[in-house]
Amino acid sequence: MKKFSLLSTRAGAVFLAPAAALVGVFVIIPFFWVIVVSFTNRTLLGRTAVDPDFVGLQNYFTLFNPATFFTRGQFGFSLILTVQFVIFSALIGQALLGLILAWLSQSVSPTLKNFLQTAVIAAWILPEVVIGFAWFAFLDYDNGTLNMIMRSLGLPPGDWLLQQPFWVIVIFNTWRGAAFSMMLFNSAFQSIPPSYFQAADVAGASSWQKLRDIALPLIRGHVVTDLILITMWTFNVFTPFLLTNGGPSYRTELLSIYTYRVAFKDFEFGRGAAVGVVIMLINLAFALIYLQIAKKKKAEAE
Amino acid sequence: MASVEFQNVSKTFGSFTAVPDISFSIADGEFVCLLGPSGCGKTTSLRMIAGLETPSGGKVLIGGKDVTYLHPKDRQISMVFQDYALYPHMNLADNIAYPLKVRGEAEDKRHARAKEVADVLKIGDLMKRLPSQISGGQQQRTSLARALVYPSQVYLFDEPLSNLDAKLRLEARGFLNHLQRDMGMTAVYVTHDQAEAMALATRIAVMDKGRIVQFAPPIEIYRRPATTFVANFVGNPPMNLVPVEAMVDGGQLRLRADGLTLTGLPLSDDIAKAAAKGKMTLGVRPEHLRMAEAGDANTITGKLFANENMGPESLVTMERADGGRVTARIFTDDEIRTDDHVTLAFDTRHVTLFDDTGARIPEIGE
Repeated sequence: MKKFSLLSTRAGAVFLAPAAALVGVFVIIPFFWVIVVSFTNRTLLGRTAVDPDFVGLQNYFTLFNPATFFTRGQFGFSLILTVQFVIFSALIGQALLGLILAWLSQSVSPTLKNFLQTAVIAAWILPEVVIGFAWFAFLDYDNGTLNMIMRSLGLPPGDWLLQQPFWVIVIFNTWRGAAFSMMLFNSAFQSIPPSYFQAADVAGASSWQKLRDIALPLIRGHVVTDLILITMWTFNVFTPFLLTNGGPSYRTELLSIYTYRVAFKDFEFGRGAAVGVVIMLINLAFALIYLQIAKKKKAEAE
Repeated sequence: MASVEFQNVSKTFGSFTAVPDISFSIADGEFVCLLGPSGCGKTTSLRMIAGLETPSGGKVLIGGKDVTYLHPKDRQISMVFQDYALYPHMNLADNIAYPLKVRGEAEDKRHARAKEVADVLKIGDLMKRLPSQISGGQQQRTSLARALVYPSQVYLFDEPLSNLDAKLRLEARGFLNHLQRDMGMTAVYVTHDQAEAMALATRIAVMDKGRIVQFAPPIEIYRRPATTFVANFVGNPPMNLVPVEAMVDGGQLRLRADGLTLTGLPLSDDIAKAAAKGKMTLGVRPEHLRMAEAGDANTITGKLFANENMGPESLVTMERADGGRVTARIFTDDEIRTDDHVTLAFDTRHVTLFDDTGARIPEIGE
């Protein structure tokens, strides 16, 4: 069979070159550069800015130093905080809420379903800076909407960003990201032939039984995909910085924010790069675990 | 088992009226087929019995109880779907036993019951297979088994055989007929295949444009179709319909059309009244036509269109001057020799007359 091609290989290469150069300069080289930098004591200022020393695994040892590991503002604290953040806001918050919303919206009227989807998606498509301000206004002690509601209900107002910073960013991230899971599960549910659910209806199944026995097993692949994506997104998310600046006193300093502080506020590029590499390895591990599960489930199904 | 009743049920989807207003009642133990072309409202009606659609007006009763707004799961019904709706991730045992699972039966008990039903349907040795690993006919029986595994008031079938090939369909049809005789179940069966309806039903409701045109036992539908629509829908090949000019001549009815003369038909008041309008439709079943012999008076003539040998019978089709076709079904062992023109003879005892609106004119003494 004759291979059809629009351009000669050489002409194709010429067209490819600009994009390849950009990707190379801004993605591939920095990727390896970060790994290299993580083995040095490079900083922004001082002698090591010009002439950094190769320090081997020194930066990594500092990160995992047992003496300071769990101290606030240190790597370990941020790591544990981030894991909690992922569990509560992504796995429980976004995925579970998204699943429940998607499931409930299967049986409501189309008008209500459209409204629900629009509302949830609005939270997802708004620019981050806008929603950062919106939440700031929502949570403000004196004039915030939440405290107004609390007061009108006769409940004591709270300075939420100071008192419950962690739960604020958990709820914030859940609110922000549930739309994605909802849409993904929604389309997954719609890919199931309606007669499956009708047969279950006639057979006497309740909504919960239909979800457990029919819908969930059939959208297992979508669930795995959703969990991979939202775990990684949440693990790397930086938006809570807009609300809390990582504080108060590092209580909401997620790994991404920690990296930012070390590298661009303390200007310790070497250590910042080391954190970046560790985050990348953790993400890689997540991806591999989830892919393994997906593969196993698929093998079981066949 | 229970009766089913529709009282002035209607159903609209937006601006589209699927079912304008139908009423009927199905007695306990009846096997009723809803027969009609696609879009006639038969599936919508079935789904309203199941509770998968809510009527826009009227009442649905099962066993005398108003179930119009009851959820399907609370109606004690079974349903077999056109696409079988088997769960691809469950093996046959789990698929068949699913209705028992949602009723909270223990696993060993429900699997034992599933096996029992599956054995009757000759799929008992496939219980560990997934639906994708069995044939279409076996899938059909699996979905039937799932409907039969628990006690139901009414069994609903939505074109359950339409995805099977011709041979399997005949086999499954025979089996359903046997099952009905065995169980005496109340069943409502939707189909567009008149042969299925004829073979299975104790009564057929022929539907057209959301209305029931005729609701009668199969033989009645076949012999006395209420309208030209029913006549044309039932029978394979269907009844021949020829528009004719009618006149009364010496106390007898005379019908005429291109190439057709039919005289000596007895007259009744009804027939005379219809004949007075001048136009009628003559209906004759293909098996009530034969090759004309010399001296036959009541004949129809046309150009030969097709001559199909079916084994025990031959189908001889002619095309008349106005383009209308007439088919005769001739039972003979001999090959039928025809030339360009065919003349067929009527058996005047077996003609059906329709008035100018397409409604059947009652026979004499009916």
